[in-house]
Formats: sequence, structure tokens, C-alpha cells
Amino acid sequence: MEEKDNKKESLYLKLMPYIEKYGILLLLVLMILVMHILQPDVFLSWRNVTNVFKQISWQSMLALGVFMVIVTAGIDLSVGSIMMLSLMVLAIVAKAGAPWFIVVITPLIAGFLCGLFNGAGITLLRMPHPFIMTLGTLYIFRGTGNLISGGTPISGFTDEVRYLGHGRIDLTWLGLEKSQYLPVSLVLIAVVYIIFWFFLNHSRTGKWIYAIGGNPSAARASGINVNKILIIVYSLCGFLSGIGALILAGRTDSGYPNAGLQSELDAIAACIIGGASFFGGRGTVLGVFAGVMIMGILRNGLNLMDVSSFWQQVLIGSIIVIAVYIDVLRRDLGTRK
Amino acid sequence: MSTFNNPLLEAKGITKYFGTITALENVDLKVHAGECLGVVGDNGAGKSTLMKVLSGLYKPSSGSLYFQGKEEILESPKDSQNLGLEMVYQDLALAGNLPIGENIFLGREPTKNVGFLKFLDFNKIKELTNAHLGKLKINVKSADQKVEELSGGQRQAVAIARSTAFNAKVVIMDEPTAALAIKEVGKVLDLINSLKKTGVGVIVISHRMDDIFSVCDRVMALFQGTNFAESELSNTSRDEVIGWIMGKK
Repeated sequence: MEEKDNKKESLYLKLMPYIEKYGILLLLVLMILVMHILQPDVFLSWRNVTNVFKQISWQSMLALGVFMVIVTAGIDLSVGSIMMLSLMVLAIVAKAGAPWFIVVITPLIAGFLCGLFNGAGITLLRMPHPFIMTLGTLYIFRGTGNLISGGTPISGFTDEVRYLGHGRIDLTWLGLEKSQYLPVSLVLIAVVYIIFWFFLNHSRTGKWIYAIGGNPSAARASGINVNKILIIVYSLCGFLSGIGALILAGRTDSGYPNAGLQSELDAIAACIIGGASFFGGRGTVLGVFAGVMIMGILRNGLNLMDVSSFWQQVLIGSIIVIAVYIDVLRRDLGTRK
Repeated sequence: MSTFNNPLLEAKGITKYFGTITALENVDLKVHAGECLGVVGDNGAGKSTLMKVLSGLYKPSSGSLYFQGKEEILESPKDSQNLGLEMVYQDLALAGNLPIGENIFLGREPTKNVGFLKFLDFNKIKELTNAHLGKLKINVKSADQKVEELSGGQRQAVAIARSTAFNAKVVIMDEPTAALAIKEVGKVLDLINSLKKTGVGVIVISHRMDDIFSVCDRVMALFQGTNFAESELSNTSRDEVIGWIMGKK
């Protein structure tokens, strides 16, 4: 009897990591299939697929940043505002006539500094929870963005500045048609996600980010400088929001006051759908990507079927609740001892 | 139990204030190589504060620490680790979401260089973990198992393995059996005895007389933040030690 239990358990233990890692991909594939059946002519067309990737491009940067923060059991509500402020800084620098390579770097620096400000506030000011610091900076950064721009849109960037968000990689040399191009933003997503996957899974700092989320006092007792790691995490989150701003500048050719409004909530939703735990220490880069894709495909598919955006809100909300409930059930199974 | 006159670790006149509260007053402690010192005391007697001073987590308000005869000032847990002073915390200080091997090497992970980048060396972590667990005769299914999947006793064993993975000279254990099922207590006590045989100095904080009397060579009692009594284990009895805890001699 006991042996049988052991066997069952070892099978369970063997399967568990795979379900934890790849379960969300199954959901993604299922969604793609359903959408394909509902919209067989359009959904998987080259045009629509690249469209989805273009639409999720900047959100995927915010989600990745917020994901790292969530792994440390923190939260960053300010990413949308960081992106808007970085975008405004970019627009102002561009309008001042700075050369393109300066313009391109400015949102990255601005985003990084905003994140550094968050991290410093959370650790040095000993805020009781990152929620409070980043709720404050959600207002501070957006307000600052409006102050420096006068609250009006600033439009018109050069092609170099717009390249990452708007550029196309021609594939005619592969025998494809001119309309079958690869968006540069898709390549950027892939590169950034792979770099951060390596960072989180194969570097000591990445391991410590997970350890802090798992048990901060264990991390501290192991001699890890927890505050330093947290400052790094929030700074990187800001930096990624800055990349988001650069992509958005390319896509919209404009810096505008409402950029990234409420996108922090989309970013958090993507992380949660992708299997990151609010209690920290759990979640994968692949999961976040799947979470971003699921939200993007849902919006795109529902738009194709002409479903009202009100229904989209209801559906996305439902998916968050269902995804987390599945996670709760899974955890119940895992801790039955 | 070599050279009893030269303690491995010695604390002299440790005093620690938290605001107006005096947690420790003029406390002395010493432990020798291959010796196990039991530290007993009621809740709030200052045991945990003393251990946190020894591990570098708290800085004493006054008093000094000597390691192998040399005075040391500990600024952080990193400093005490570098000396070979390791703590096993009551809350185990393990990250449940990480595998056994990564917990053992947390903060001191072996890396390999790929170009100018440093990557974690997972093969080495696994190899070292298996060798170390084998040396301590700790049985787990795999070094890749997450700590949250382990039983309380296995977790305690991992915590002890963690503390001894880097040539520890002194291991300090806070209530090592408090959270364990009865059948697991014996295994942990065996582990402590085998540590002593390798020449490690062990300090055990415990409420349980069974623990103290099965692994310790000497026992000291703290009472209201001061040294209250101390004796070789062979010269005392359970009842006497229990009396010390309650402040009776």
C-alpha cells in the first residue's frame, strides 16, 4: 500500500515541474486553436499574427518588468506612468533636435532612473509595502510627464527613432511576399525575453531574486544583500518600461498624455495568468510571455469577431480568476501531506 | 574534544540593548572544537538574541567576540560565514521554492565563466550536494527536489547540511528539533553527534532536556539576559537544569 502511494507520488513529482512550467502553454495553444476554428481565414494569416505581436510589443516589456518585481513578492503599479514619462522625455529630446542615438537612449535612462527611485524609496525609506511607494510614483511620474510636456501630445519622430517599434524586416529573400515581413518589435521581444530568461535562471542575482521571493529572511541569513537586489529589480523594471516607451514611440509616432494609462494592471494580469504567484518566488519568463500572448490573442480574436470591448473586459477578468483558481487547486494537490 | 583550554569561539561581556530594553547583559560564552554546548533559558531569556549576535545579524552594544583566540568584529552574516561560523535558524532559513542543492549553496553558488559572463554551475551544485548529503548520511530522493516538498526532519537535515557545506568550524543551532515529528528527532540528534566527531564546535539552543542530554557536553543557562548557571553535563541533572531555566539554583 505504501509502495503504491510512493509510486503515485513519484509520478506526480516527476510530472509536476512540467505541468508547472508548460501548463500555461497548453492553454495558449488551445486558445490559438479555438480562434483559428472561429476565424479560419483571418486569425492565423501573416498579417494578423504580426499584428498581434505588434500590439503586445510594449505590453510585453512592462509585464516582464512587473514579473521580476512580483517574483520578489513585490508589486510595481507605476510601470504605465514610467513608460509615459519616458515617452515624454524622448519626445522632448527628439523635438529639441538631438541626434537619433541620443533620443533612443533617453527613455531607457529615464525608465531606469524612475525604477531606481522606486527601489530606493522601498528599501531606504522602509516603505511598509511596495504597493504604497509605487502607487505614489504612479501619480508622481505621470504628473511629471504632463508637467514637462505641458500635457499635450508631441508628434513626429525620425525613422531611426521609430525603428524598434515600427521597423520591418524584409523577408522577400526567403521567397516570401513583400507584405510578409517580420516586425522588428517581435525580434526585440524575443531578444529581451531570452536575455532575461538567462538572467533569472542562470545568474546568481537571478537565483537570489527567486530566493528573496521564497523566503526573504533565508536570503538575508545567506548573506544576500536583499535591499541591493530589490533596487536592481525595480531599476530593471523601470528600464524595461523605458524600452516599452521606445517601442510605443515607434508605433504611434507620438508622445501623448494618456500613454500607458492602466497598462500596469494589464501587466500584472499577464503575470498572474502566466502563473506568477503574488506571494513571490514562483513563475517563469515563459509563463509571462504566454500570459501576455493570451491577453493579446483574446483582444485580437474578440476584435476580429466584432465583440464589444466591454465583453473583452469581462472575459479578461474571468480568465484572471479562473487561472488563479486552477493554481489554487494545483497547490492543494501539492501540499496534501 | 581537544584542547579544552583554547576555545574555538568565545564571547566576553556581550551586552545588547534594544532601545530601553536590555536583552543581554554581560554574557559570556565559549565553545571548543568537537564540543557541544547546550544553551537553555526561558522565553525571553536572550538565547536567540545571543545567537544573532554570534552570527553577525545583530551588533552587540558592548562586549567582544574571539574566534580561534583572535578578536573579530562581525558586521554581517557574511563575516561570520567567512570565519566558519554557521547558523541553523529556528525558522530554518530555507527558501521553499528552490531545490535542495540551490538552498545549500544559496548566496555562495559555484559559477562557471562563459566568455565574460558568469553562469550558475548547476552540475557542480548537484555534484557537491550529493557528495555532501552522502557524507552526512542524509537521504533525499534527489538534490533537485524543492525544499517545500520535504518533511520537517528532512528540512532540518538540509538546513544542517547547508550550515556545514563550507568547512564550518562552529555550527549554532536554534531549537533544532522543535518542529519535528518524534521519529525524526533521533536522526537530527545523530547528525549533531556526527558533526562533533568531525571536530566541529556545536552550540544547541533547546527547550528539550532530551536534546540537551543526548548531544551536549556542557550546558549553560541564561536568565533574564544574564549568565545564570553553567556546568559539565556529567555534573548536573535534568531537574537541576530545569530549575535554572526557571531561575532557581
